Amino acid sequence: MLFDTPAKENPIDRAREVGQPRPRIDGPLKVSGTARYAYEQRDVVENMAYGYPLGAAIAKGRVRAIDTAAAEAAPGVIGVLTTLDVPRHALGPMNTAMLFGGDRVEHYHQAIAVVVAESFEEARAATALLDVDYAPEPGCFDLERVAREIVGQPFCEDDALVGDFDDAFLAAPVQLDVTYRTPDQSHSMMEPHATLAAWEGDELTVWTSNQMIAWGVRDLAAALDLPRDKVRLVSPFIGGGFGGKLFVRSDVVAASLAARKVGRPVKLALPRPLIANNTTHRPATVQRLRFGATEDGKFTAFGHESTSGNLPDGGPETATQQSQFLYAAPNRLVGERLGVLDLPEGNAMRAPGEASGMMALEAAVDEMAEKLGLDPIEFRILNDTQVVPGKDTPFSQRHLADCLRLGADRFGWGERASLPARRREGRSWIGIGVAAAYRNNLLMKSGARARLQEGGGVEIETDMTDIGTGSYTIIAQTAAEMMGVPLARVTVRLGDSRYPVSAGSGGQFGGNSSTSGVYAACVALRTRIAERLGADPETAVFEEGEVRWGNSAVSLVEAASGGEIVAEDSITFKGLGEKYRQSTFGAHFVEVAVDAATAEIRVRRMLAVCSAGRILNPVTARSQVIGAMTMGVGSALMEELAVDKTRGFFANHDLAGYEVPVHADIPRQDVIFLDETDPISSPMKAKGVGELGLCGVAAAVANAVYNATGIRVRDFPITLDKLLPHMPPF
Amino acid sequence: MRAFSYEKPGTLAEAAAAGAREGAKYIAGGTNLIDLMKLEIETPAHLVDVNGLGLDRIEETAAGGLRIGALVRNTDLAADPRVRRDYALLTRALVAGASGQLRNKATTAGNLLQRTRCAYFYDTNMPCNKRAPGSGCAALEGISRQLGVVGTSEACIATHPSDMAVALRALDAEIETMRADGVARSIPIGEFYRTPGETPEIETVLGAGELITGVTLPAPLGGAQLYHKARDRASYAFALVSVGLVLREDGTGRIALGGVAPMPWRVEAAEAELGEGAAAACEMLFAGARPTEQNAFKLPLAERALAALLAEARS
Ligand SMILES: Cc1cc2nc3c(=O)[nH]c(=O)nc-3n(C[C@H](O)[C@H](O)[C@H](O)COP(=O)(O)OP(=O)(O)OC[C@H]3O[C@@H](n4cnc5c(N)ncnc54)[C@H](O)[C@@H]3O)c2cc1C
Ligand code: SF4
Repeated sequence: MLFDTPAKENPIDRAREVGQPRPRIDGPLKVSGTARYAYEQRDVVENMAYGYPLGAAIAKGRVRAIDTAAAEAAPGVIGVLTTLDVPRHALGPMNTAMLFGGDRVEHYHQAIAVVVAESFEEARAATALLDVDYAPEPGCFDLERVAREIVGQPFCEDDALVGDFDDAFLAAPVQLDVTYRTPDQSHSMMEPHATLAAWEGDELTVWTSNQMIAWGVRDLAAALDLPRDKVRLVSPFIGGGFGGKLFVRSDVVAASLAARKVGRPVKLALPRPLIANNTTHRPATVQRLRFGATEDGKFTAFGHESTSGNLPDGGPETATQQSQFLYAAPNRLVGERLGVLDLPEGNAMRAPGEASGMMALEAAVDEMAEKLGLDPIEFRILNDTQVVPGKDTPFSQRHLADCLRLGADRFGWGERASLPARRREGRSWIGIGVAAAYRNNLLMKSGARARLQEGGGVEIETDMTDIGTGSYTIIAQTAAEMMGVPLARVTVRLGDSRYPVSAGSGGQFGGNSSTSGVYAACVALRTRIAERLGADPETAVFEEGEVRWGNSAVSLVEAASGGEIVAEDSITFKGLGEKYRQSTFGAHFVEVAVDAATAEIRVRRMLAVCSAGRILNPVTARSQVIGAMTMGVGSALMEELAVDKTRGFFANHDLAGYEVPVHADIPRQDVIFLDETDPISSPMKAKGVGELGLCGVAAAVANAVYNATGIRVRDFPITLDKLLPHMPPF
Repeated sequence: MRAFSYEKPGTLAEAAAAGAREGAKYIAGGTNLIDLMKLEIETPAHLVDVNGLGLDRIEETAAGGLRIGALVRNTDLAADPRVRRDYALLTRALVAGASGQLRNKATTAGNLLQRTRCAYFYDTNMPCNKRAPGSGCAALEGISRQLGVVGTSEACIATHPSDMAVALRALDAEIETMRADGVARSIPIGEFYRTPGETPEIETVLGAGELITGVTLPAPLGGAQLYHKARDRASYAFALVSVGLVLREDGTGRIALGGVAPMPWRVEAAEAELGEGAAAACEMLFAGARPTEQNAFKLPLAERALAALLAEARS
């Protein structure tokens, strides 16, 4: 199905299943511990062995030799594979650092050996006996240094220059020139990267934890130099990914190579202390924001430059992405610079670009509002735009101002003291902050197979993944709606490369794109069924377990009595992406309390108002948004990979050192979804929402902290040590 | 984790003898030791499980205090009505530590002997004098935000991470032990921990195989007993700084700090300054402090937290 004109009325608009608050259908499996995650697979293969990885002890250099004798002689050991045994392999288009092979060490904890043993404990114990001889080399680990060195160099992409920024900025009666910093962040998902790899002849099956099945097959086949049809990837349940599992990681390659070497299936998980440095992270940024405005608060010059670092050939953190779209201004300078850093590979993490970009932008916008003496909400609305700034492209929908106003009303914005450090309750300074939320709505081709089973049940197969988001549930709802059956009659099978290629889970495109693919498959299935019954597929109505046309009605059970009916299709998006800018919008509101003595910051309540098209399931969408808001609190107040600039690695590489919010940090969250549909986006008229919930939260927290204390911290996370020097005496 | 043997003795004498074996270590709740064994930071050859020794009771002493068995779980200790009534500081400190599940497992002795949370101590690729004597201290030129500011040495700036020990220090607890030869002794907590000096790997005055049997609290001090643990998140985080305060109606009191030193930090002379306020007391508490650039904030933080507790205690 080609989607190139706005959606008309379709069966989804009935909204009997889609849009209803259904609890997740995979919930019982998860709470009863029967959903099998990668490392829990055991009866799918026989004669399984356990692998344990060794990470490099240096940040940069070469592995000269690895003495494996002691490890090989250790109890239970079946075999040892080192990086020196295998050549560097081909990498997927979005990987930067080698996963397993060759003698180069590009970053700390890069996987350099695997020990395979009869038990996990034996593998782990023997790994400690490996003796590695390194030839270390000096590296650059300091983003500040990189940022200083590449000031003034051209942007990675120089397409975001509009008008004459320099002149307009200089001429502006009101100016702001501030620099913000965001830290490296770790996905730190609950389930570590894990793989069970099994060969049968030259065919490989991996049970793993991966967000993008088809990319995984492509990249693993390339790494092992296999034809793609020899690789099967299975990933039915994923314990969180946040972008850290978009691509094949070292667990998959190392387990596959080790399994080939020992001739047995090998199961391997990355130990928690390896996650931060062995896998990818959200790169730190240094962001300079320069705004010029008229006295009455209209932007005349809008500048946002971001610098990040990565390994050679890595990409930048696209932190200025939203800045091309969010506010009107006739003169613009928006772009990113990239320097070389020898830290682990930077790559996508939930809302790559916008998450860190909005942290800086939306805090700076509040600074500008204050300079202008304007209310932060009114200032944002004053500079709102219905077309892409500098272009005429309209937004498919843009309800930013509605989100801000509705949120202001619900949150009690009126109670906010417009001057900072005015509200005190006991030992706490109280403040309220706001930020706009913005995230692009991406669309990806997505396919599915739909089957009317004998007996009248509906089965959907797609390689879409459920990373805790609710994919199983919204796909079942879509199929139930399309086929006119109750939810309980739908079976959903996900996360297997034997199924049709889907959008996968990433970039908040998964929910909308994959359900659209299921929509397409169901349209095809409806056509097949109608044809079998001699009905007109265009006018046949699928309702209450029946197909109805003219004066006829045939139950689906009967329709399938002659054998199951199967159809497969995919949705391809074309054209509308160029004619319209598709984005999701929202507003975040946060109230904080700052301890007047210790400067400890605690969030007291939060509200997100989201405008993101049709909400496919308010329960799972809300859980996405509150999870994202929680992540935003982490970004604002605690999450930071601590860079050891001497040794070149992230030192706090476990969950004691890398702090993310716990329950006690999140007392109250509310989410409001605007009641809307966006026919430009897809036949589902839905958009992404899982990342929108994150974009802007940290800035809202920062703005609340400012409102509480009058202290503006431009270096995230905002920890008490950064506030203390500016706090009044206690 | 290295292979090890295991035994669970039934008497104190057996345990103390077993603990004296080469490479032996006691295991109580295991919440710290097992983690360290997995990473091969601790590599005992033999584990002596002390859970079968009947050391899990809290009893009143003739002196009007309490004797807390070494194996009393942190949860049970915090919830004991006598502790809550007479040693509120201890309850407050305990419940500020770890998580509910961990406190259910963690024991009094294990808590006293838990090891530092310095990130480099936990990474066996890194130089660390405490873990690998003589290898150097990676924290000095690395990440030290969490680490100590006072009582530290050139060789090691790690902190002792316990909350419970801060309260015990303020309350003048004594630690009761039994040596391999069966001889018992009682060590005031102020003499229990050692400053790191050149040998940060030696953390207490315990001899090889010396078993902690219990902790004794003297008769209740009375007064307001408050604890504040400052940290980046609201729960389940080690202290950046913690302050335990006892303030009696006559204005005398006790102060002990956590998160600043290789041991729960108390300077008795500072307590004479309580009437002068937090700044005066902290000047004495931090005499000779040597913070790093990253953790210098701990000094004003402790002072402000103490000021807040004093205000609260007086109100
Ligand atoms: C995630 C996490 C968070 C934590 N957060 C905090 C926190 O915020 N605040 C805090 O104070 N603590 C915290 N802790 C530490 C926790 O309090 C300790 O792990 C616990 O108290 C140790 O007690 P245990 O009985 O489990 O000791 P074990 O792990 O069994 O033993 C610890 C040490 O004590 C020795 N030992 C045990 N019993 C005896 C005995 N009777 N005689 C002699 N030696 C003995 C052992 O040989 C070992 O060296 C945290 C721990 C974890 C894992
Ligand atoms: S501070 Fe102490 S524990 Fe930390 S690295 Fe230095 S020596 Fe080791």
